[in-house]
Amino acid sequence: MRLLSPHLGLRTRLVAAFLLVAAISAVATAALTYREARSAVLEQAQDTAVGQFRDRVAALDPALPLNAQRLRSLCETLAREGKPHTWIVFAEYADLQVSSSDRPTSQILTEGLRRAARESAHASFQRVVRDGRAWLTIGMPVMFDQGDAGHRTGLVMYAVMPLAPEEANIAAMVTAARNGALPALLVAVVPALLAARSVVRPVRDLRRAAAGIGRGELGTRIAVRGSDELAQLARTFNESATQLQSSVAELREAEERARRFASDVSHELRTPLAGMLAVTEILDEEAAHLNADTAAAVRLISAETGKLATLVDDLMEISRFDAKAADLHTDEVDVAEAVRKTLQARRWEDRVTTELPDGVRAVLDPRRFDVIVANLVGNALRHGGEPVTVRLRPQERDGTPSLVLEVADAGAGIAPEVLPYIFDRFYKADAARTRSRGSGLGLAIARENVRLHGGTVHGANGPGGGAVFTVELPRGAG
Amino acid sequence: MPRVLLIEDDPSVREGVELGLRRRGHELLAAGTGEAGLEALAAFRPDLVLLDLMLPGINGVQVCRRIRESSQLPIIMLTARGDDFDVVVGLEAGADDYIVKPARAEVIEARIRAVLRRLGAPAGPSGTEFHGDLAVDRAGLTVTRAGERVLLAPSELKLLLHLSASPEQVFSRQQLLEYVWEHSFYGDARLVDACVRRLRQKIEDTAGSPRYIQTVRGFGYRFGPLS
Repeated sequence: MRLLSPHLGLRTRLVAAFLLVAAISAVATAALTYREARSAVLEQAQDTAVGQFRDRVAALDPALPLNAQRLRSLCETLAREGKPHTWIVFAEYADLQVSSSDRPTSQILTEGLRRAARESAHASFQRVVRDGRAWLTIGMPVMFDQGDAGHRTGLVMYAVMPLAPEEANIAAMVTAARNGALPALLVAVVPALLAARSVVRPVRDLRRAAAGIGRGELGTRIAVRGSDELAQLARTFNESATQLQSSVAELREAEERARRFASDVSHELRTPLAGMLAVTEILDEEAAHLNADTAAAVRLISAETGKLATLVDDLMEISRFDAKAADLHTDEVDVAEAVRKTLQARRWEDRVTTELPDGVRAVLDPRRFDVIVANLVGNALRHGGEPVTVRLRPQERDGTPSLVLEVADAGAGIAPEVLPYIFDRFYKADAARTRSRGSGLGLAIARENVRLHGGTVHGANGPGGGAVFTVELPRGAG
Repeated sequence: MPRVLLIEDDPSVREGVELGLRRRGHELLAAGTGEAGLEALAAFRPDLVLLDLMLPGINGVQVCRRIRESSQLPIIMLTARGDDFDVVVGLEAGADDYIVKPARAEVIEARIRAVLRRLGAPAGPSGTEFHGDLAVDRAGLTVTRAGERVLLAPSELKLLLHLSASPEQVFSRQQLLEYVWEHSFYGDARLVDACVRRLRQKIEDTAGSPRYIQTVRGFGYRFGPLS
């Protein structure tokens, strides 16, 4: 069914195929019937004519030799006797050519028939179509009647008979066949439509149900009718939907449990940390008055408490991203000013050189942008080498304004085999350094925040050594 | 030194924060439940309340609403959950600022000082300005609307004084965060939005179509122009 191009609807294709089959069988039947009927009609006509002509010619007893006038009257006699067919009779005798009509020779008689009539002792006939009209031509040599073996008299009689009545009969048959086939085709449309409907409706139900599942309506089921292949398909669909529904429910439950767990862990961790962190300054201050070992222990506790607090914060932030609970609260800000504030707030102004053109405004979530800049610069200061440079430049890509922020350091750069993993959580570039000063989540959080803004971030090595982190953010609402 | 009432159910946090703040010279009273905290208010007469959000019995949001019913006492929420929902609910209840736990004593103290900082600066000889039905007394730090006293939380009052000092000037959320809350780096714009909503409920005729405090879409807020 390649012919029925697939962009036609299923129903159209089914109906077309049905009609095609109906048409082929109707035409084939009509064609066969026509052929059989036609040859029967024609054969009967020609048998009658040939027999009659033979009898008439045999009954002639021309007195030879003949002159033209005798021959002509002979032809006219024969022509008169042609019933029910009227035929025109031609006679050829030596170089005499005479006919019952006003023309002595016929254009319809072929050389082939003449030759056959001269050579055979019996009647020869031929059907000739000339100018769209069919004729039956008969050639009959006149013999001397002498027992079994006949002798040619040299006279050959021809009859030319129009087959118009037979042609008319056959034409009537064709018309009848056509007139019968057309209504049959029209009637065939009805079962075609019914069959198409019985196929198309379950398919349409299936499509609707699949779309429902796609929209998240997992309770969608199809009514199963009968026990054919389509019903089996519907049953399979329903079973799949049930399984999908139960696995989705399980997943959701697991997700909800995980979220609750993260939330509980956060709360349980934060509460003791809140007590500890509030007193770390006391520890730091008192350490000065303690003996060396105790002081070291106290300072360690104080520093680790701070790290733990940062880690818990970062974990919570990551879990919010994972739960898709992180929202953007956008505001239009001056980007250069925003970067400067981030550096000021962390007292990094002296350690970072900046190239910040004024007047670059963007719609951003200022808090999240602060996190992006702080994490990238913090990473550069910790793992790269000073001086760290922050460059800002506006740019346009595909007609939408964006901004590019580059954080470059003067360190040793990032090993090429490490580059693909630098944004992974807890990934430590230096495997020997099991615990770096960062939580190992800074870059992952920066990337999540960039993504939330609809931007991209990637790390690479600069031409002069050192790592370069490039952030590209759209300047419109993220 | 300011007197701080700490309402916190967890003993270690209570003790830790108490230790940290005492050492920095604050006079502190700690209460373990919302009920105890509300009872202690009258006797202790604090300058500020540090309020945990999750408390047994009546929770922090309810305590906050109770206090706001009758007083303009500054309130800072201490919350272990930094999620939007908790923060916004707490701010809508009338808190002036919030601190996500855990926090260093120096951070807590800085927030306390910012909230307690003397409000505004006396402006104009009369001390009282009139904006429509609104009368703002910068020296006396009172606001009346159609002759009726309006009770404003410290952050609301600070915000109103700041906006009305320069009518028709647009301030970004960031600028307001810096002036009113003294958050020197990018803080939380939700503080500003929540405070503006509360202020509108108290001074506008219809909160839906504000007359005094106008939103400038995509940028921030301005006071007036009054028609």
